[in-house]
Amino acid sequence: MSHVIDRRLNGKNKSTVNRQRFLRRYRDHIKKAVEEAVSRRSITDMEHGEQISIPGRDIDEPIFHHGRGGKQTIVHPGNKEFTAGERIPRPPGGGGGRGAGKASNTGEGMDEFVFQITQEEFLDFMFEDLELPNLVKRHLTGADTFKTVRAGISNEGNPSRINIVRTLRSAHARRIALSGSSRTKLKEAQLELERLKREEPDNFGDIQALELEVGKLQARIKRVPFLDTFDLKYNLLVKQPNPSSKAVMFCLMDVSGSMTQATKDIAKRFFILLYLFLKRNYDKIDVVFIRHHTSAKEVDEEEFFYSRETGGTIVSSALKLMQEIMAERYPTNEWNIYGAQASDGDNWNDDSPICRDILIKQIMPFVQYFTYVEITPREHQALWFEYEQVSEAFDDTFAQQQLVSAGDIYPVFRELFQRRLAT
Amino acid sequence: MTAHDSSVPVKKRQPISIGSEWTFELIGAYDREIGRLAERYALDTYPIQIEVITAEQMMDAYASVGMPLGYHHWSYGKHFLSTEKNYKRGQMGLAYEIVINSDPCIAYLMEENTMCMQALVIAHACYGHNSFFKGNYLFRSWTDASSIVDYLVFAKQYIMKCEERHGIDAVEDLLDSCHALMNYGVDRYKRPYPISAEEEQRRQKEREEHLQKQINDLWRTIPKGAGKRGEQDNKRFPPEPQENILYFLEKHAPLLEPWQREVIRIVRKIAQYFYPQRQTQVMNEGWACFWHYTLMNDLYDEGLVTDGFMMEFLQSHTSVIYQPPFDSPYYSGINPYTLGFAMYRDIRRICEEPTEEDKHWFPDIAGSDWLTTLKFAMSSFKDESFILQYLSPKVIRDLKLFSILDDDQKDELLVPAIHDEPGYQSIRETLAAQYNLGNREPNIQIWSIDRRGDRSLTLRHQQHDRKPLGNSTDEVLKHLHRLWGFDIHLETLQGDKLIDTQHVPPKSDSDQDSDYPRLDLIIPPI
Repeated sequence: MSHVIDRRLNGKNKSTVNRQRFLRRYRDHIKKAVEEAVSRRSITDMEHGEQISIPGRDIDEPIFHHGRGGKQTIVHPGNKEFTAGERIPRPPGGGGGRGAGKASNTGEGMDEFVFQITQEEFLDFMFEDLELPNLVKRHLTGADTFKTVRAGISNEGNPSRINIVRTLRSAHARRIALSGSSRTKLKEAQLELERLKREEPDNFGDIQALELEVGKLQARIKRVPFLDTFDLKYNLLVKQPNPSSKAVMFCLMDVSGSMTQATKDIAKRFFILLYLFLKRNYDKIDVVFIRHHTSAKEVDEEEFFYSRETGGTIVSSALKLMQEIMAERYPTNEWNIYGAQASDGDNWNDDSPICRDILIKQIMPFVQYFTYVEITPREHQALWFEYEQVSEAFDDTFAQQQLVSAGDIYPVFRELFQRRLAT
Repeated sequence: MTAHDSSVPVKKRQPISIGSEWTFELIGAYDREIGRLAERYALDTYPIQIEVITAEQMMDAYASVGMPLGYHHWSYGKHFLSTEKNYKRGQMGLAYEIVINSDPCIAYLMEENTMCMQALVIAHACYGHNSFFKGNYLFRSWTDASSIVDYLVFAKQYIMKCEERHGIDAVEDLLDSCHALMNYGVDRYKRPYPISAEEEQRRQKEREEHLQKQINDLWRTIPKGAGKRGEQDNKRFPPEPQENILYFLEKHAPLLEPWQREVIRIVRKIAQYFYPQRQTQVMNEGWACFWHYTLMNDLYDEGLVTDGFMMEFLQSHTSVIYQPPFDSPYYSGINPYTLGFAMYRDIRRICEEPTEEDKHWFPDIAGSDWLTTLKFAMSSFKDESFILQYLSPKVIRDLKLFSILDDDQKDELLVPAIHDEPGYQSIRETLAAQYNLGNREPNIQIWSIDRRGDRSLTLRHQQHDRKPLGNSTDEVLKHLHRLWGFDIHLETLQGDKLIDTQHVPPKSDSDQDSDYPRLDLIIPPI
């Protein structure tokens, strides 16, 4: 009378919709947590999700219930020392001896509701600020750039991929296998028939029987089809993720006194985005951080984003250092080089033409792409105008953009992505 | 744990299985044997449908509060996330089983369980809970096992349709409000209609139109009545206080659209379906534990399982029925499994080996046929009355029960009774009252609506033992306000004395309610 049913192959993500509803409802909380995580994490550390915690109070579902107070009598188990009629001092906070169950009933015991979001969701929340179009989001989060590679022969496939040689070879083999015994018999019968005709032409009975036999065998051999469905062989193509080679990303940033932490945070988003983009396109990525004020220095990420310096600004020092590192460690025949520079536009006036020259002569010919973002609401200064000349000279590999908020970052990438996605 | 007398001559042991791996054949074999043993006790069950699922699927099932399928709502997502987190961190084993009160009775077995656990779950859920669902009077009269799955399908589809038509936010807000009042959406004394999907769909359209007409009727007299108030117009409405708040809103809230009324009805029906389960936790779990314990021991006695199997079973069994003492850090109230199991075992003991004390306390059942007595106890009570009827001095002593009186007007706590002769009766009554849903939930009823004036809705909270309302009351009133559409007043009474009132929107002292724009304009035309 009992039925046992195996449901293990049924869909397992019945709660997905409810989970999404939950994320949707608390998106503000989650976004805030994601923002914090972005400023806390390294820019190369975008491969996992994030733990989100929401104050328990915000998440409670209210119901009518009794609060503390009044007169209540509660039965507890495990008496060791009490006698009837005994008076005992009230334990502080109502916990301990009495009614620990009370606190958890009303949900007051839970302070924080903590849960995990996946990497994809994490990036989704992060991109939301950046106003990325969906195509680009997909491109960044999923490995959906593939190239198709031949991977041998398979028995199933698309008619347009039939491998004719293999198909006919296997048909031939099948025909041999299936008609082999009949052919042997046919040969014997034919020999016998010839012998009979030659030696005993009067023996009509046997000759007729043999002729019948030969006819039958020939018909049987003929019935073996020339081509059968299981002869068909197809060329097998598999998709392989596209990332193929090595890239190095140079992050250049002005850390002089005029750069505030807010400006640096915008710059950080910008670098993250570039990193993610490269990650989808290349197997191995090196990141080089160069910060500069009046002199440039190669530093680690922590120092890059969070140490404070004061003083003037000489941009060319950073470009020189970049050029040196390129020459020394990243030969252009092995590495794809990307440069990204962030600054608030300040530069020592005489220095800007030097920057232009270094870029045009020593850097731009060797890099895949160079982006310059100026994070400032103010008017442009000399550096911007000098860079405009670079932009004219290297129209498709140089981009510059002014950023005021994080939402402005994307236009810089638009060109880059369009170029990449088209190829 | 009663140990097994090893001297009993056992036939040559022929265990069904030896290893801990399960297979579908073995599950079938165990189920046959357990079913055969259960038949000896004439356990009356619905047909059984055992479904094997993975841990992920178990989390899904768990998150939808035990419904095989539910409508979409963020609160289930929240439940799922916390289950998932706890499970992944290994803080919590998943529930070994979930059983659905339906016909056929659906029991989920988890793939990860060992053979022993699967057998335990089969005995516990498929024969224990299943026979309880079929036998207990609350379930018999309040839920309709044959139609619940159909109804849930209907509910899910209906709510999905509403989301398409009115937007996810509108439906979510409405459901939030309904969930806040879910415990006040049950009929406690009236048998509801049996619910079924086809019936529901057939009648739903018709009901929509009819309902809307009736509501308009209730409010029709308003424009006319302004000048000449007849005697009968001043009568309180509703004439009797209403405890089913959701039902009242569904039928009488002036501003709701037909689809909103239907959604309230869905939440109400589901609350009603779970109402018996909330009232029979001790009895239900105790019954299931009693039978898995009995049936597994029978399997062992017949030599159908190995010693190792039995050790594993006893290990899980004892951890399920473990009761931490009140001063343990793990203590969170009385474990319903422990209490229920101890009580059923004790009823059997009273029947089979009554002592003088039992004969004095339970003259009716001492020495009677245990199976008949036990089944009667299972079928005719709910937790409150079950404890009041059957909690024996021995169980009180074994669990060392004592009571604590906490009066916020006194500085010290009092221990009114412990597990001794003068205390038994008092402990029994106190514990029974503790399981009375009527005591656990504040007594709040709809008192009146102001049909002539501002259409406000007045609720009355009858305070019991000066217990105040919890701190989320205001939030619940806001939800109520959303459904009703006009002002909400909550009056708290001690006896006949009004001691506190709450208002949504809050009443300002200077100019009463003139600031709040009314929504009269949205009232459907007569």
